[in-house]
Order: sequence, then C-alpha cells, then structure tokens
Amino acid sequence: MLNFFKPNKIFLFTSKAPKYVSILLIIVLSIGLTEALFLSPEDYKQSHSVRIMYVHVPAAWLALSIFSLMTILSLGIFIFKNKNFSLICKSLAPSGFIFNLIALVTGALWGKPTWGTWWAWDSRITLMLILFIFYSMYLLSWKIFKKKGLDVKITSLIAIIGFINIPLIKFSVDWWPTLHQSSSIKILSKTTIHPSMLVPLAIMTAAFALFSILIFLMKYNTELIKIKNKGLDRL
Amino acid sequence: MTSEIILMNGYGLYVWSAFSFTLISFVTLILITRKQLSNEKRKFASRIGFLSNEKLKVVKLQNTNKEILDIALNSKV
Repeated sequence: MLNFFKPNKIFLFTSKAPKYVSILLIIVLSIGLTEALFLSPEDYKQSHSVRIMYVHVPAAWLALSIFSLMTILSLGIFIFKNKNFSLICKSLAPSGFIFNLIALVTGALWGKPTWGTWWAWDSRITLMLILFIFYSMYLLSWKIFKKKGLDVKITSLIAIIGFINIPLIKFSVDWWPTLHQSSSIKILSKTTIHPSMLVPLAIMTAAFALFSILIFLMKYNTELIKIKNKGLDRL
Repeated sequence: MTSEIILMNGYGLYVWSAFSFTLISFVTLILITRKQLSNEKRKFASRIGFLSNEKLKVVKLQNTNKEILDIALNSKV
C-alpha cells in the first residue's frame, strides 16, 4: 500500500492536477463569495457583521484539520520510517499557517463590532494563537535545521507535541467559556444554524479546502523537483 | 443599493476588510508557491543542459524527469 506514496508515482498526478484544481477553485470561490457577501441574510442580532463568519469559520476549521493531518503523518514518519510523509507534511503546512492567520485576523475584525474589542485573552483565541506559534515553529524548523534527518525528526516532534492543543481548542468554549461563543455546528447533535447561512458556509469551506489542495500540490511538486535537483548533483 | 452593499449598516469596514485580507493572503501564498515552483523547474532545466550525453541518457530514462522537463518548458502553472 505504501508504494502508492512513492514520489515518482505521485508526481505524474500532482504535476497535472493544479490546473484543474485552480479552475474548480475559481468557480466554487466565486459562488461562495456571491452567497456570503450578497445573497445570504443578515443576522437579527449581529446584522451584516455575521458575514465575517464565512471566512473566519472555514479558516479555523481547516487550520485545525491540516494540523491534525500533519500530526497523523508525523506519527507515520516515526512508525513506518516513510520520508515521503514528511514531504506531504511540509507541503500541507503553508496553507494551514495561512488559514490560522486568517482565522486570527478575521476573528479580531469580527470581535471589534461584536464584543467591542479586537483582542481578548479568551481561552479559544489564546489557544488559536498558540497553534499559530506551532505552525510558525514548524515552518521555521525546516529553514533552520539543514542537517539531513534532523529536520524531519524535529518538525515531526513539533507536529506531534502541537496536537495537544487541538482538542483543547475544540472543547475550550465548553470547558472555559468566556467571550467566544460555543459551536453552532455539531456533528453528533442538531445544528443550530439556519440553512440559509449553512449553505454559503459549506460552499466557502469547500473553496478553502480546494485552495489548500492547490497549494499542497504546487508545494509538493516543488519539493519533488528539489529532490531531483539534488539527485542531479550526485550523478 | 450600491452604498448599502458597501456600508452594510455600518459594518462594511469590518466585513470588507475581513474578505480582502483573506483574498490577499490567498493570492500572496499562490504567488510565492508558484515562484518557488518555477525557480526549481528552471534550475532543473538549466542543470540538465550542463550534463554530459551519458548522464543525460540516465536522467531521461526516468519518467519523472521527463515530466519535469516537459512542465518546465511548456506549462504556466
């Protein structure tokens, strides 16, 4: 099964896919933005400021999902000794980092009209900031540690240690409720958000996911060609 | 109508800033990643040019190398 993850086999697919993903991204993002900015209703309490939800929530979801995926792959690096997992992790991190940044900035832009403040040391907001620090540490480690093997070990450890933060972020609003509202969308119980808002949210989440796939494919190709360049030196 | 869309009951500044920041971040990351990718492709293509005929034969035997060369010379993404 692990043969599937061989870079040579994957490259044939990843080199062609970005073109199609870009087209799909433009279509889905255009529909999502039209829905989010113009067609979806305003909230009876928050008025138009609720529209920030359509970028804030998908960004936060994807930042958490990508970091969780990176943790699983990092465990795979230690268990299966498959270095291609580290390549996949490295290619996933930039979009996760950007989503985390977007979640923090748009959260501040939503917080000002809703809570009257740009920033509060609320449990969820603070934990999202800690996740941002983990993303930064992960990306910086690839730049700092050049020694072969050491970079993979250190970045994998950062992804595994940082995972402690993920369930804390998820349940922080229930365990330490302060400013941040609790989840409106739940997997196991009834969602409290109206379908007129749920649909644009789903479309924007799909667009954000496509964006992360596009960045992943481009970054992964870059990493593979980098390896090929090193291979030419050894010829 | 237009001013209503822009002002959004006084929340326009926050809403448009949030969406603008998101889109600018997206475009910036795409441009950075694309630049890194094209740099690596160019490096690969130029290095191939300096290889001897024997080494070139070895390189061209691999499908991935052919793909990279093909993309480096033809594709825009």
